[in-house]
Order: sequence, then structure tokens, then C-alpha cells
Amino acid sequence: MSASRLPALLIVFLLVTSVIGALMFAESDKDSTSLKEATGVFPTSLADINTHSEAPKLAIQTWETQAGTKVLFLPTQQLPMLDVRLTFNAGGARDGELAGLARLTNAMLDQGTEQLDVTALATAFENLGADLSLDSYRDMAVASLTTLTDEAILDKALALFTQVLTEPSFPQESLERLRTRTLQQLKMQQQTPGPQLSRAFQAALFQQHPYAQPTLGTESSLQQINTDTLRHFYNTYYTAANATLAIVGDVSREKAETLSERITAKLPAGEAAPTLAQAQPQAGSHEHITFQSSQTHITLGNQVVGREHPDYIPLYVGNHILGGGSFSAILMDEVRQKRGLVYGIYSNISPMAAAAPFTIQLQTANNNKDDALALTLSLLKDFIAEGPTESQVALAINDLTGSFALSTASNSALVGQLSVIGFYNLPLDYLANLHHELQQVSAQDIKAAFAKHLDPEQLVMVSIGPEAPDWDKQNEQE
Amino acid sequence: MPKRVLLLALFVVLQSTFAWASSMSESRTYSYTLDNGLDVIVREDHRAPVVTVMVWYRVGSIDEPAGMTGISHMLEHMLFKHTKHLTPGEYTELVARYGGRTNAFTSYEYTGYYQEYEASRLPLALELEAERMANLVIHEDEFYREAKVVHEERRQRTDDNPNALAWEKFAAILRPGTGYAHPVIGWQRDIEGYEPSQAMHWYEQWYAPNNAVVVVAGDVNAEETQQLVQKYFGALKTKNLPHRPAPQLAPPAGERRLNLQLAVQVPTLYMGWNVPSLATATDDEDFYALIMLAGVLDGGYSARIESNIVRGQRLAAGAGASYQGVAREDGVFTIRATANPDVSLTLLEKKLIEEIELIATTPPSTTELERVRAQVLASKVFGQDSVFGQAMELGYYAMANIHWQEADKFADKLAQITPDMVSKVAQRWLIPERMAVAHVQPQLKEEQ
Repeated sequence: MSASRLPALLIVFLLVTSVIGALMFAESDKDSTSLKEATGVFPTSLADINTHSEAPKLAIQTWETQAGTKVLFLPTQQLPMLDVRLTFNAGGARDGELAGLARLTNAMLDQGTEQLDVTALATAFENLGADLSLDSYRDMAVASLTTLTDEAILDKALALFTQVLTEPSFPQESLERLRTRTLQQLKMQQQTPGPQLSRAFQAALFQQHPYAQPTLGTESSLQQINTDTLRHFYNTYYTAANATLAIVGDVSREKAETLSERITAKLPAGEAAPTLAQAQPQAGSHEHITFQSSQTHITLGNQVVGREHPDYIPLYVGNHILGGGSFSAILMDEVRQKRGLVYGIYSNISPMAAAAPFTIQLQTANNNKDDALALTLSLLKDFIAEGPTESQVALAINDLTGSFALSTASNSALVGQLSVIGFYNLPLDYLANLHHELQQVSAQDIKAAFAKHLDPEQLVMVSIGPEAPDWDKQNEQE
Repeated sequence: MPKRVLLLALFVVLQSTFAWASSMSESRTYSYTLDNGLDVIVREDHRAPVVTVMVWYRVGSIDEPAGMTGISHMLEHMLFKHTKHLTPGEYTELVARYGGRTNAFTSYEYTGYYQEYEASRLPLALELEAERMANLVIHEDEFYREAKVVHEERRQRTDDNPNALAWEKFAAILRPGTGYAHPVIGWQRDIEGYEPSQAMHWYEQWYAPNNAVVVVAGDVNAEETQQLVQKYFGALKTKNLPHRPAPQLAPPAGERRLNLQLAVQVPTLYMGWNVPSLATATDDEDFYALIMLAGVLDGGYSARIESNIVRGQRLAAGAGASYQGVAREDGVFTIRATANPDVSLTLLEKKLIEEIELIATTPPSTTELERVRAQVLASKVFGQDSVFGQAMELGYYAMANIHWQEADKFADKLAQITPDMVSKVAQRWLIPERMAVAHVQPQLKEEQ
């Protein structure tokens, strides 16, 4: 949670090494099987490989600790390291009246314990070369440890991690400092268009729902948070019954069981957080924020359905075709590649505990804003009305299933997968199931799912820039 | 709390170390040069059935003449479009059909391309990279359309972000008179004036097997990989590359100061010193001691800047120091801080200088150095978790002309650095004559 520190350094890194993405596109109506014939023998290597892909076989083990925490464990032996991730149902959605409370509670965990002050604690972790990280999202509050499994290190690192989770002291001095830092971050968000837009879009899309609140908080809510409210939030939500523990790395099952007991035994007694009400789709709306920038940023979307719904898989594949697969998607091809109107344009479905927003985001030079918006809306409407072609679907399925190997190739990727499976109560063979289900999706399924769940006449649209775009302009692009 | 030791993660930990890890990586990393001059580095890692293929070219923005700034990056964009055997869209479609991910990055010193796949796709990745190395086609209309995209990219990354804009202006005085003084993405006026012939000329000049490094990491067999690399790249012709002067340490440029009024809400301070890199240091010890100095100042949440400036005196909402000593030419030591309310940048600068002076006059404790070493050792193991990360690291060192076996010895060399040596590099290099400072303040409000 080095929200002010990390971006500061990342900015330097990005500009020092300036990792700049390249551009891509795909001819969306091209039959993906025709390529080899069309270009003669190139690439010759296709004769030696095939598009077959295996479902990932993850032998995930699971149990519940005596305190009532669900554990997911995957042993990996090749590297002498361990990743432990404790995920609480304690994200920004639990802020209540005080926006920013969940995030601040999470950030305060490493600010001191009953035994160690903030500097002593940081020194202890860093002397072991162990990494503690704290993160707060809308659904989840996360505490992660990455450590070597060397005997002289592992138990000490786990003891420190347990201390952070079970004995935080919430010192007043740290609260004041983190409050000041967060207020500075709020000001810095006013310097660039992106964060202001996402805050306004979230509010417009979720209205009275808890997801509408800014996770960073507001100037006034931050002033109302004190150490008592932090302690109360911690005691309510950082409980064994409200947690999921993911363990990946070079330890035995026995060791994993011992450490899972140790970490969870002293958490506050409590219960699972109540289920959030599902967010409902909104009527169409548009809103503009006036800001002096050289580009206009636009975000639009509405609620669709998440993993629990059978239509989620067709929506997921359809989103990949429309704008999710960054390099071979329709939006990238038409808006960037064919017309040079944007650097980036993406669509996304974010399945969460109580919502699954579908969104499209783009940024374009101010004088192109009307054309870019009209074109994007027209592409979305066409996609909903006509669906994808069979060859687009075949390509997307190859792409999505073929890249499964990449998404489970490291301990850090695996601990992320296990946390999501545990937190959202997905079956242990979720990835293998997904791999199978993706291959059953047809163009017709996608067309039907989009038509059913997304009405292109009812979109929440928010923009930021010197002037509002023409929301109703008809597309005139060829 | 910092996720990893950020400074280390960025500049040191892209390395190798640790006794057993060192011997292990030696036994499974292979490097050789083809007859046409192409360098190849292969790391076998059989933990997961994946492969990363990268090609790094030794050309970046520091090589660009005035008027053509950003052309390396513009060319990078064009290399995803049209080649002799592929029309626009086909490359992307091939990568997608085989479940791959692909992208590229341009930096001061290099341009790199990558593909990641399930491991059996290795031959395709190599064949596509060989095509990219030798067979670019540029069509005028595609070129000008892509220049518009790059223009949008610049607006998005730099022009609408006052901190990025400030960094760009600061970088221009940090290493004056060198290729590092202009931005990787290029000045706007240059982007507006690009011609297709400039990009093609740049390609013909620098894209050659003897100016590139192929890195393959993952679940591959080194011998089979060698045969495949030979098959796809072996016939490409060596080129005569433009002459490059040997890297040299720049003499002190004199103290440089910049006062900027930009659309920021929070005042920000940038400080930097041009210092030796491993390539330009007359004594390698300076390189290792500067790494330790950066670690003492900002090797994590318990380091001095966090403990004293952010927590103790509460002068900054965030602050950090870093040393980039792995470079083709000179190195740079930088500090960046965002001020807390009612703290002037002058005071913040003064207190940061005091931290440096304290180290210069009083050697840091051995426990501080041990902490940095512990972090380096741990990060070495953590760094092996990702095949992609390992390929990045191998290419990154190769671009700075540091052999991976030499990089493997970094931790041992860091272990020999004493507190006195850390004091000495602070005294010797972080001096006003080598310093550039930028104060970034909010714009004055117009009178109502």
C-alpha cells in the first residue's frame, strides 16, 4: 500500500526505461484459417506446431482452520520461496458512511503492533529479505507475504506476518501521517484526467450502491476517521470467518497446515461479512467534467452478469473479441489501427461480488472526440445486433485457451488464482472448467448474451476534457 | 509498505546472486554468438510449460540526432504492421491463434520485442522475430496514420500529466548535451515532422543480427533452441554499423536549477546527479558502493528517507532515491519527493541534502548494509519466479554490455562494500557540480 511511494518511483521507472507498448490490430472479418494459404509457405514453422492447448491441472488442496478460515494450498518445489496471501471480505464496499475507511485500515496494519513500532517492524521484515504487501480493493482487503523458505528465515517471517494481522496497534501518529498522505493523493488525482473520470464513472454507474464510493475516500470522510473507527472496522472484518488463505510454494502440507493455524488462531472472533446487494443496471445517462487537457477521456458501460450466470462465458469471449484482447480486438482495429484516433481503447468485464460492469474506455485528441465516440458506439451497437463471426469466435477461443499456460506459470500468478477461487467460492477445478467451457461457446451464444444483458440505448457515459463530446452524433466513418 | 525494495527491484535486483542460485543459473544458461554476429542467450527453466522469446536491439533514443527524436519508438510501432510475408493484422492474428502475448518496449538505450507462449510455439516465435529483423515494409498511408497514434500516446503519457512533463524537462538538464536529454517518445515537433524514409533509414542502419540479442527463457531445450535460432536467423546478413564512441564519464556540468510552474496540485521536487555507471566507472567499486548508498537511503520502508523524511520529520507524502548504474553510457542517481502541505521545496531539498551529507561524513552502520544485502539475496530468488522477468533481466544486462556471468557476481561484490566506501561515493559524486534540481510548483491562480 505504498500508494504515494510506489507511483512516484514507477513514474521514474517508466520514464527512464519508458516501456512503450506497441500497436496492434486484426482484420476482424478475415477467416483465421485462410492465413497460411494467403501468404504461401510463411510461416514455415506452422508445420511443426499446433494450436492444441491443455487445461491447467492444478492439484489444489483445501481445508479449514480451527478458527474457521478456508485454506487453499498448492505446493511448488522448484524455488525455495513461499507466497502466503490472506484475503478478507473487507474492501471499500464495507466503508459504510466513511469512504476510505477500508483502505486506511488495511494500510495501518504495518504501522505498528503491540510489540514493535513501525520502523522496528519494517526493519525486521527487510532484514529477512521478506516482502509484506497490503492492498485494498472494492471487495477484498489483502495481506501478502513473500519469503524465502530457509529455516532461519521462514518462521521469523511468518511470526512477523501473524503479528501484523493479529496485533495491529493503530498508532495515532501513523493515522495522521497516512491521512495527510491520502489527502495529498486526492489532490494529485486532480492533476490528470484519468483518476477524476474513473471516480465520476463509478459514482454514476453505482449510484446508491456501496461500490459507488471512492475507495481513497473524500476530504471530509478522511477527516472523520479516527483510531476507534479503524479498530472497529478491523474487529468487524479482519476475522478468521471472513478470510481466505492462499498458500503457494516450497513447504509441505504439514507445514502449510501448521502455519495456517498459526496465522488464523489469533484473529478476532467474528463472522463472514453479510452479502452485498446486487448492483442493478442503470438507465442511460451522460455527464461531463470540464478539465484543461489535450485529450478527452470517455468511459461508458453498464451492468451485465458475472461468473455465477451461464451467460458470463459468452460475454467473456465476446468482450475479448470486441475490445478485451488488446491486440486483435475490433475496437483496437477500427478506432486505432484503421483511423489513428486513439493510442488505447479497451473494453472490459469486471466480475465482482455484487456486480459485473461492462465498460469501454478511450482517450482521444479533443478535436476527434465526437468522431471517436460516434464510431465506438456504432461498433458496439453493430456487435450487439449482429454478434461476432464464427472465425472471430474460433480465433478468440484459441487465444484464450492457448494462453492458460501463461496464467499459471509462476508462484505469484498461482497465489493470485487461488485467492480469487477461494474468495469468490469458485470450484477448485475452476480453471479446468473454464478451459472446457470456453471451447463450447458459439457466435450465436455471444450474440444472444450481449443482446440480453447490454442495451446500447441505455449506457452510462462520462467524459472529461475541455468540452463535452456530442453524445448523439451519428457515426460518419466509413 | 513497499512491495519489494523498489530501488533494488528496478536496478539491482535485475541481477543474479546467491550461492546456489548462482551455480544453478550457470548450469542452465547458455550464450553464444552466430557467425553473423547475433548474440543468443538461452535460459532453461522447466518449472512451467511456457516460453518467452525476446529480441533486443542496441538502438534507442540516445542514438537519435536532433530533429529525429523518438524515431526508434516510431519504428517500433511500424514493426507490428507490414513485413515482406505478413500484411497488417496477420502477425497479431498468428500470435492470437497460438495463444500468445506480444508487445514491445523502447528505451533510452534499446528497443525490445517479445512474444510469450505455451512452450511448443517456440519455432513460430523465432520465425516471426527473424521476419521482423529483416523484412520491414513501410507504406506511406500506414506510416502517417501510425504517427497520429504516437501523437495520441504522447498526449496521454506526457502532455496531460504534469509530473511526466516535469520529469521530461528535468531529464533535459540532468545529462545535458547527451542523448539522454531528450525524451524516448520524442519532442512533439519531431513527431509531427516524421517521414517514412526516416524510419526506414533507421531500420536499415540498426536492425541487424550483429546489433541484436535473442533471449529465450523457459521450458526449452538449449540444443534444439540453438538449431532453431540458426535455422531462422543464420542466413541474415551482417551490417556495417555506424561508429559509436566508447562510453565516457561526463565531466561535471555545473549545478543546474529549474523552477517550473505546472498544473500540479502538490509541489514536487526532483534532484539528480550524473555519476558513473559500471560502463563508465574507472573503479568498479564506485558502482557497487552507489548501489549500497541508494539502498541505505531508500532500500525500503525502514531505510533513511522513509524513516527520517517521510515519517520522522513528516516533510514528504512520498519520496524515493534510485541509482541507475546499469547503462550503456553514464549513470544517474535521482531523488524524487512530493511535499507535505506547508513544507517548502527549499526546506525539503535542504533536508534531503542533509541526509546525503550525513552519510558522507558518518559511514552508515553495518546493519544497514546487511539489510540491503539480505534484500538483494531474497530478491534474486523471487526474481526467478517469472520466466518473463528472467528474460527481461538477461536482455537488460546485455544491452549495458554486462555479461550475465558478470551480473551473477554482483551480490558477492556488494558483500565487499564497506561503510567507508559508501561514505566515499557520497562525498565524491553527489556534489553540487554534478547536481540538477527541479522545483515543480502549482501554477499561480489567475486573479478573480
